[in-house]
Formats: sequence, C-alpha cells, structure tokens
Amino acid sequence: MSGPAPDDTHRRIERVARESYGRLVAYLSAHTLDVASAEDALSDALIKALTIWPRDGVPQNPEAWLLTTARHAIIDHVRHQQVVVASEPTLMLLQEGQEEMALSVKFPDERLKLLFVCAHPAIDPAMHTPLMLQTVLGLDAARIAGAFLVSPKTMGQRLVRAKTKIRDGGIRFEIPQVCQLPERLGAVLEAIYAAFGIGWDDMAGVDQRGCELADEAIWLGRVLLQLLPSEAEVHGLLALMLHCEARRAARRGPDGRYVPLSEQDPKLWSLPLIEDAEGHLAEAFENGRFGRFQLEAAIQSVHAERERSGRIEWEVIVGFYEQLIRVSPTLGTQTGYAAAVAEAVEPERGLAVLDAIDSDAVSRYQPYWAVRAHLLQRLGRTSESADAFDRAIGLAEDPAVRQFLLRKRG
Amino acid sequence: MQFALLIYESPEAFATRKNDSYTGAWQAYYKALVESGIFVGGDPLQVPETGTTMRLNEGKRRVQDGPYADTKEQLGGFTILELPSLDVALDWAARCPAASYGAVEVRPLAPELRRRITE
Repeated sequence: MSGPAPDDTHRRIERVARESYGRLVAYLSAHTLDVASAEDALSDALIKALTIWPRDGVPQNPEAWLLTTARHAIIDHVRHQQVVVASEPTLMLLQEGQEEMALSVKFPDERLKLLFVCAHPAIDPAMHTPLMLQTVLGLDAARIAGAFLVSPKTMGQRLVRAKTKIRDGGIRFEIPQVCQLPERLGAVLEAIYAAFGIGWDDMAGVDQRGCELADEAIWLGRVLLQLLPSEAEVHGLLALMLHCEARRAARRGPDGRYVPLSEQDPKLWSLPLIEDAEGHLAEAFENGRFGRFQLEAAIQSVHAERERSGRIEWEVIVGFYEQLIRVSPTLGTQTGYAAAVAEAVEPERGLAVLDAIDSDAVSRYQPYWAVRAHLLQRLGRTSESADAFDRAIGLAEDPAVRQFLLRKRG
Repeated sequence: MQFALLIYESPEAFATRKNDSYTGAWQAYYKALVESGIFVGGDPLQVPETGTTMRLNEGKRRVQDGPYADTKEQLGGFTILELPSLDVALDWAARCPAASYGAVEVRPLAPELRRRITE
C-alpha cells in the first residue's frame, strides 16, 4: 500500500464506486431482497473508504474491501434492530459474513438478476428506468428526478415504494425462464433505451444533464452485454444508441439551432462510435433473428452510410421499416415509415401511410405532425401544411425544434 | 412463502355463481391447487350485498349496510397458496377463473407481523 495524492485516491474511489456499485448492490441484496439496505450499507462503506484510503492507501482489491465493509454495516444494522426478528436470508448473509474474506475474493455477478428485478412486470413500468439508474449505477434520486421532471422528494418516495415491493412482494432475484426471457429481456432493454431517450430529447445543449443520462444508458447497455454476450437484441440496442450518440455534435448548429438528420454535416459525426455501432450490429445480425432494436439500428446504419456515399438509400430504409412495423408497430415506427416512403417513392404515398394511422392516437404525437406538415408542404397544399405545422409547433417541447419548425412553416 | 390470491368479481359474475360453467371452472382450479400441494386455505364469500361495515366514531357504532368499498368489482373470495416466488404466484393467478372475468390481486402474507402479534 502506497500513499498516493488524495486527489488521486478520490478519483480511484469514484472509479471503483462506478464500476462496482451495481455488482455489490446486486450481490448484497440477491438473498435478502433488501435493495435499500444494501445501498445504505454500500454508501457507508464508500464514506469509510473516503477517510481510510487516502490515509492508509487503496487496498489491493478495493471491491473486496467495500464488500466486507458493507457486510459489516449490514450486520451492525441488524444488531441495532434487536427488536426486529432477523429474516432467514439476512441470517444466512450474516453467516457468510463470518467467513474470512480473502483479498482475491470472487463473488458471483448478480447484476443481471437485479436488472430483471428492476424491470419486473410487477413493478410500475414508469419506475423500471429510475430503479436501474439507482441500483445498478448508483445515481442519486435527485439526479434521476431531474431527468424525469418530478421533484426529488417524489422520485425518492417512488423509489422507496418500489424497493419495498421488491423486498416484501415476493419478487425473486432470478433469471426468467427461457419461455419468458424474450418478454422480460424486452422490458430491460426498453428501460435502458428510455434512459437514453430522455438523455437524447433533453440534449438542448443548455446543460449536461441529458448528455450524462445518455452516457449512463450506454454504460448500462454495455453492462447488459457483458452479462448476455450472445443476445442479438442487446447488441442491437447498443448499436442503436451508439449510432445516435455518434451524431451528438452534428445535431445543433454553432448558434444552437436544430439540424435534422438529413441536413447534418457527416464530417461532424464520430467515426469511432459509428464503427463501434457497426461492429455490434454485425454481431447482432449473425444471430439471425431480427428484433426491434436491430432493425432500428440498421435504419440508423443506412443514414450513417451517407458519410461515405454522400446519399441516403431510402429504398433500403423503407425495407427495414417494413420489417420493423411487423415486430413493433408503434407510432414512431409508422411515422418514420411514412417519411421514408415519401422520400423513396413520392410524398403522396407517405401521406397515405400517415392517413392510415389512427387519428386519436396521433393527436399529441409531435413527430407525426412535423412529418405531415413537411409532406403537405412538398405537395403544395399550403394551408393544410400550415395547420399541421401549427400542431407540431404547439406540441414541440424542445425550443430549438420549435424554432426550426417556425422557420420551415415560413 | 405464502401468497393470498384475492378474487374480485363484477355483479354480473356474482350473478352467474349458480351456473355449471362457473362452478366447473372453479372445481378444476381447486383440484389443480390441491394436487400441486400448494393450497393452504381459502373460501368464497357471500355476495357483497350481504356485507355489513362497522366503524366506531368517537366510541359510537356506525353500522353501514353493504361492503366497505363502493366499487364495481368486489371481493368475492380468497385463496392462500404456499409458493416460492411472486412469478409463480402470478402464474397461478393467471390460471384462476376470475382472472378472465374479473381480477385477481396477488398479495404476500406478512409472517413477521403475524409472529409479533401471536407470540
């Protein structure tokens, strides 16, 4: 053990915390089902590390040190709660805790189970993403609240309620059975993508919040891939997020104005991220079965091709959308399909696709109105187009998008 | 661990209780529960209109004709099952006849509270 500069040690603690947080919380709560206590114990351990490591040096195996210390914190906590009869799983954990923890301790990675618990169908779907961000990545409730546009207090209460349900509701830490795996994995992927989506929509360039959340989502995607390396859809999701991430710098002009994908300067795209995305997409397609995220990533891959070819292969995009509509007929998919058809064939055909969508469903869906306005404008139906622009402008949350639509409307 | 399956039924369902299809579906379900060795207990309840609700208001009895909650679907019975997890309990809830014509709430029992009360 050496005595590095305190700043260095702090950075080391931050890194260990980020990399080990989910692994430690998952392992500590896998038997007790008590995620909240595991998190409390781990934050106690991290606070101890902040005082002890700068003084005595960083231990050889920081993760094992944190695990042992967190375990002691749980034991102390149980001892203080003499009145409460300790549950059987807690007693088991305590027994395990008596064993000597070797420095080279190896403990099973239970994060996949934790991810499935967070996205369990018995948990409010709106809480899947916040739970993952907190229990696997260690984000605090206040930061999560900011991204979800609720007060930190409300988010804190919702997280507590969800964790109580996990502890007392009978949800087990287990990998779902094969027959349920696609659906259950789908919920995990959705939750990760939702985190990315929030980060993405939020990227108005005014603050770092959204940007960080997109990073966290990609990190979660990589964790999931580590745990399920041969699942095509996990590769597909990662490819999709990386393709979008690659365009971050190109999405806004120097003056902050919104730049739509087809008008972005490909020179501003990140080639290493695109290559990373393409690698994952290739891996996904090797497995044969086409899922929603692979198809969405494939569409983004065709757009990325413009960097080399200088043109967008709309016919290919239409083909991918036709497959995507079969597996995931969401409003977003249908709207995207309409836009692609309009480019590949003619605006009337795109408009026909839009007309076929249920009109009640689209009344508050901004992208539908933006695409509709654009197609009507191209067809010279000026007054209808202006009406559709108004709908789109009224529904736009991002001020830059609003400005963009106002300019287009003329 | 033990789970209660709380059966909620609509007035229409309560009205069909004497039908052969109603009892037949429940007989088959009950048989499956018992043969799987998970059945702990349970019973159907009389129709909600037979319920009487009691509250004490400053020591004075307030008796109300009818069930506690004024909702369309009412508690019609309960089953207690011994099962390893919520996922398994949800599988059994999905097989319950009421899942298709009413609703089944799955709720774990609270054995620690029971211990504190009964010790």
